[in-house]
Amino acid sequence: MMHLAGKPDDFQDQLRSVAGLPAEARLAELTRLAAYRLDLVDTMQLDRLLCETESGELPSVRVAILAPHTTQHLLPGIRVAGLRSGLAIETYINQYGQYRQEILDRTSQFHAFEPQVVLTTVGAAEVVAGLDITADAASSEDALARKLEEVRDLWRLVREGTGASIVQQTVLDSSEPVFGSFDRLVPAAPLRLLRRFNDLLAGSAAEAGVALLDLESACLRDGRDYWHDRQRWLQAKYEISPNAGPAYGELLAGIVAAQRGRSRKCLVLDLDNTLWGGVVGDDGVAGLALGQGDAAGEAFLAIQTYALQLRSRGIVLAICSKNDPRVAERAFAEHPEMLLDRQHIAVFKANWDDKSENIRAIADELNIGLDSLVFVDDNPAERQRVRASLPMVAVPELPDDPSEYVPTIARAGYFEALSFTSDDRARAEQYRNQGQRAALQASSQSLDGFLQSLDMRLAFGEPGAADLPRTAQLLGKTNQFNMTGLRPTQGQIEDLIAGGKVRVLVFRLADRFGDNGLVSALVLESGDDDGAGADILNWVMSCRVFGRQLEDEIMNIVVELANARNWPTISARFVPTDRNAVVGELYERLGFSKVSATSAETDASSWRLTTGDYQARHTHIDRGSRQ
Amino acid sequence: MNDSDLLKLFAGILGRLLFDDTIVLTRETVRTDVNGWDSFNYITFIAAVEQELKIRFRVADIESFETVGDIIDEAKRLSDA
Repeated sequence: MMHLAGKPDDFQDQLRSVAGLPAEARLAELTRLAAYRLDLVDTMQLDRLLCETESGELPSVRVAILAPHTTQHLLPGIRVAGLRSGLAIETYINQYGQYRQEILDRTSQFHAFEPQVVLTTVGAAEVVAGLDITADAASSEDALARKLEEVRDLWRLVREGTGASIVQQTVLDSSEPVFGSFDRLVPAAPLRLLRRFNDLLAGSAAEAGVALLDLESACLRDGRDYWHDRQRWLQAKYEISPNAGPAYGELLAGIVAAQRGRSRKCLVLDLDNTLWGGVVGDDGVAGLALGQGDAAGEAFLAIQTYALQLRSRGIVLAICSKNDPRVAERAFAEHPEMLLDRQHIAVFKANWDDKSENIRAIADELNIGLDSLVFVDDNPAERQRVRASLPMVAVPELPDDPSEYVPTIARAGYFEALSFTSDDRARAEQYRNQGQRAALQASSQSLDGFLQSLDMRLAFGEPGAADLPRTAQLLGKTNQFNMTGLRPTQGQIEDLIAGGKVRVLVFRLADRFGDNGLVSALVLESGDDDGAGADILNWVMSCRVFGRQLEDEIMNIVVELANARNWPTISARFVPTDRNAVVGELYERLGFSKVSATSAETDASSWRLTTGDYQARHTHIDRGSRQ
Repeated sequence: MNDSDLLKLFAGILGRLLFDDTIVLTRETVRTDVNGWDSFNYITFIAAVEQELKIRFRVADIESFETVGDIIDEAKRLSDA
């Protein structure tokens, strides 16, 4: 939680004054106050006000927590962390000791809650139960396999009963050494069993499309005694210490936010005293603290290493610095210890303009939302200014010592992911190509000429097994070109396809600058019989390929499919959010007619196309082979 | 910290937890005197006091404290130790 700014001295007064505000102002004020680093009691106070406040425009998510231990004390932290992530999290916890019964009983409160996310947890005591430390390797392994099967059964029950996405928590190891270091070598020592079980759990979760909340790793980072307080366990079966409640909320809300496409996508870095020690304009390239052999210089190398790791997993890097651009560029070109190369940076803004304006420009050039950015700057005044003018940009509070920068940013959970696909691996390159495309566009006489010169090739078809993770990720993460907000997980996509009435189409676009990868997915439901229409359940497209006529070409393909299958109409819905205005006019532009008045409750609109009336649209995209 | 410092600290934590600025504690106060000070809030209160004073109560003591004065005496003993 070190990434959050310390609360002001009059925090209590500010919090108390929220109660007197008009209803519509309360949520904004609570959101502002939630951005501070809050302790347990602050969090409980803020949560109490939050629960009395209308969630308004905030997207709501119903999260059920199934645990064999007490979790009631964790709910304020979860809801407040949800607010920080822009989500109104509603919570449900099982009756103590009853979670299996509640899943099995379709009339239970758990089912009435209609959870969208279900967190399943296992206690350490359950894993080691019945195993004597004298047990041999084979019987230990058998016992763990049986326990694992119980967890997988639970997932199946939850999935079949609710359709919710599942998050499994790794087991918190509350054991103490029996032998000492030798525990690691004893098959049935508690430590060995719990380590092994968590590894098995992670493998099964990956197979089953279940997300992980890795409490074991959190304990390794922060210390087990930070997360688990044995007195509270003895008093009231709190597995998680109440004082760790706010941090626990951050862990869970981070995963829920990632499932909702709210993870950050781009790291924007300052230069002087952030990427290197010193001020390049004053100290010169040779005078910078950067590189091996010097503690401060190595601390800055660690920041560059971390930035490169993020880039390798698909996070885009940008620079925003008050500097002479030539001087800044020179540091990249000439400093022998620089790990970051100029070509790793998708957008480079070194000038004397206001940083908020530069950050806006970075988001525009990358065509991503401001709420996808994390801005890292050592200067508290710059941080404050950006926080005030662009509250949707994440601006971590940085400690004085650069050696603490990486843990502060890395533990904030900004870049929480649910998968790692081949598209992620290639993304950094794709964003750099984006810059080259922009240059070509600037030199082209006309948009038409530009699109023609891109030499675009489209491959499409139903997703193969290897495409499914990326398909789920694209549906899950896309916010701008997202027509209905339906975000099925990989398991849910497989279930939909297996059901027989739904087909999923995926589209890959390549051009002369490279392969953009799998950039669009369309979920289509159709009746069994000729004569019934088709219904677009959702359609998403990566912002990287906006403005390329891809949506036109995809609609050509969908209509061709409709004609081949004798579907007389194609229906579609548009559900507006605070992020998808870019496609608000899409169906109208593609020739659909609005069939229902906007629904007052959701602002959703329904559209229909008579396929016989469709005029195929001209594009500069060549069709490659079907996938 | 003396008795009056601790009474003020405890009343402050409890007031924030229960959203009640009017709470006044004396050494003789028992939990049932304070509206809303149930066992759930008691655990949170103890956790917050421990964090604030950097002390650890013994589990048996936490269960057997009867008055606020009992908590104060034990907190003072642990702080001096």
